Amino acid sequence: MAEEVVIRAQELTKRYGGTVAVDHINLEVHAGEIVGILGPNGSGKTTTILMLLGLTEPTGGRAEVAGFDPLRDPLEVKRRVGYLPDTVGFYDGLSARDNLAYTGRLAGLPRREIDERIAAALARVGMPDVGRERVGTFSRGMRQRLGLAEVLMKQPSIAILDEPTATLDPHSTQEFLAMIRGLKADGITVLLSSHHLDQVQSVCDRVALFNRGRVALSGSVTELAHRVLGGGYVIDVEVRGGTPVRNQLAAVPGVVRVQVLGPELYRADCERDLRTEIARRLAPSFDLLGIRFAEPSLNEVYTRYFDEVRRAA
Amino acid sequence: MRRRGSPFTGAGIVLAKEAADQLSGIRMVVIEALVFLIALVLAWFSTTAIRESIGESPFLFLRLLTMSPDPIPFSFIDIVGLVAPVIAIALGFDAVNAEFNQRTLSRILAQPIYRDALLLGKFLARLLALTIALVSLWLMVLGVGFLRLGLPPSFEELVRMVGFLVATIAYGGVWLAVAFLFSVLFRAPATAALSSLGLWLVFSFFWSVVIRPLVATMIAGPAEDLFGPNLAYVQTSQVLDRISPNTLYAETALALLQPSTRTLGPVFLSQLRGALIGAPLPAAQSFILVWPQITGLIAGMIVIFAIAYVIFQRQEIRA
Repeated sequence: MAEEVVIRAQELTKRYGGTVAVDHINLEVHAGEIVGILGPNGSGKTTTILMLLGLTEPTGGRAEVAGFDPLRDPLEVKRRVGYLPDTVGFYDGLSARDNLAYTGRLAGLPRREIDERIAAALARVGMPDVGRERVGTFSRGMRQRLGLAEVLMKQPSIAILDEPTATLDPHSTQEFLAMIRGLKADGITVLLSSHHLDQVQSVCDRVALFNRGRVALSGSVTELAHRVLGGGYVIDVEVRGGTPVRNQLAAVPGVVRVQVLGPELYRADCERDLRTEIARRLAPSFDLLGIRFAEPSLNEVYTRYFDEVRRAA
Repeated sequence: MRRRGSPFTGAGIVLAKEAADQLSGIRMVVIEALVFLIALVLAWFSTTAIRESIGESPFLFLRLLTMSPDPIPFSFIDIVGLVAPVIAIALGFDAVNAEFNQRTLSRILAQPIYRDALLLGKFLARLLALTIALVSLWLMVLGVGFLRLGLPPSFEELVRMVGFLVATIAYGGVWLAVAFLFSVLFRAPATAALSSLGLWLVFSFFWSVVIRPLVATMIAGPAEDLFGPNLAYVQTSQVLDRISPNTLYAETALALLQPSTRTLGPVFLSQLRGALIGAPLPAAQSFILVWPQITGLIAGMIVIFAIAYVIFQRQEIRA
């Protein structure tokens, strides 16, 4: 059975006067996925997010989020979606708890559950003791965590995170990425907009590359690499056995080239996914320690794609 | 396409939060201190003056509001006419732009509420705070008057004073709506505050002195012609004057708190035939006289708020 599509944009378009911010985009996000949306500034990422949330009206096309049209049923969409904007703002004069309680009431959470949910959400983001502290005293990292706590408190089926790590230090970023993975573990679908390609690559199942208001490419990083960088699939094989391994590996039909990366590590450029064939060939004779796709760098894919776009222009 | 769900879902929650913010904030403490000072000083000097001239008027409490007691050159009406807009502007100038500046707007509007609820809740909360400030002022003056004069106000006086209070709230509401409009238009709260105060200054000091005579002359000709005052000029002036909320408020205060006021426009000698000059009108007649003014103030508040509402609905929410 196909996975349920929880976010769908069909020919979604937004114009501001003569400027096209989002140009007939098509996008699907399946339940439980983490999908990254990438692209340069002004490529339409945030406008798309705002349209999906019902915060701005599309000029054309349609969207469906959690089974509802954000234009017609924005309240139903917002009930099911947690949103963390890029630089999240709170009322500085209120405590963390009061800030969350206010949005909790607006979200229609049952009053008797709000305190409980706030405590659980704050604990989950690693700030169990800050409930009574004024948000005005919080660092940026703490505010971002508080923003994520707000998303968690709502117990949404979808979380839309717009540049959530843009202002965080490296340590906080790693912790935040772990929390995003935790959302997936909870069954929450995540749409993540970011400029940090390595972060996107480390948490996302699929990515959509935006350019000039259009989805230029979408798919897994491996698929994008295949399309942008050309060539075949790159497979890393960890195996103990010395020089004969290389010959055996090169003899697998479909393997184009073999590189020796280390005493027990080989990289095979393949025409297709040959992991099973390679395992079958090597396992009986050698001590096969591991076989996996060599993840191409999203950074490389992104850079190459936009270099080509510039060259074509 | 028609949106589903009530546009006012969550308005009560916004109202409660905003009202709590307003009432517990330092701004409200300053406003209440101002109110306390004005009420105490004015009521003290006015009651002193009234005690020395008791018996001159049957409407002692109305005199409390209308007289300019020595050494203060202003009456209570004059002071409230100045203070109510200032309080209203102080409450409203950063109502919406502060949400943009704190970057809370997109987070709040990502909750299941419409913008309608947010704007309405914010406006009503501030109107509530303004009402509390003005009612406090009114009650304090009434209380000091009661204690110092040793008499309760008559029912007629009470009705007129309540009418005056309602008109004052509506007048403050107009300036609150103006401040609200500028807080939607301008991202910088200082710009919104200055624009609101600037507009208030225009209507308070320049409208009747410079703008109104100039425009009336352009429309209806000079104020005097060969046969005396030009009626067309007088009527045009009056229409132009009544564009100003200050005029509407001043006329309402005059008719309600000075019961002998029989008309608010030009009067011909033929109309005065048989009239008992100086005799007070019944409260109901005074209310009929100022009904258009009170309605105008309330309508002005609603129209200006509606303009702010439409502009806010069309704004891009990215913060």
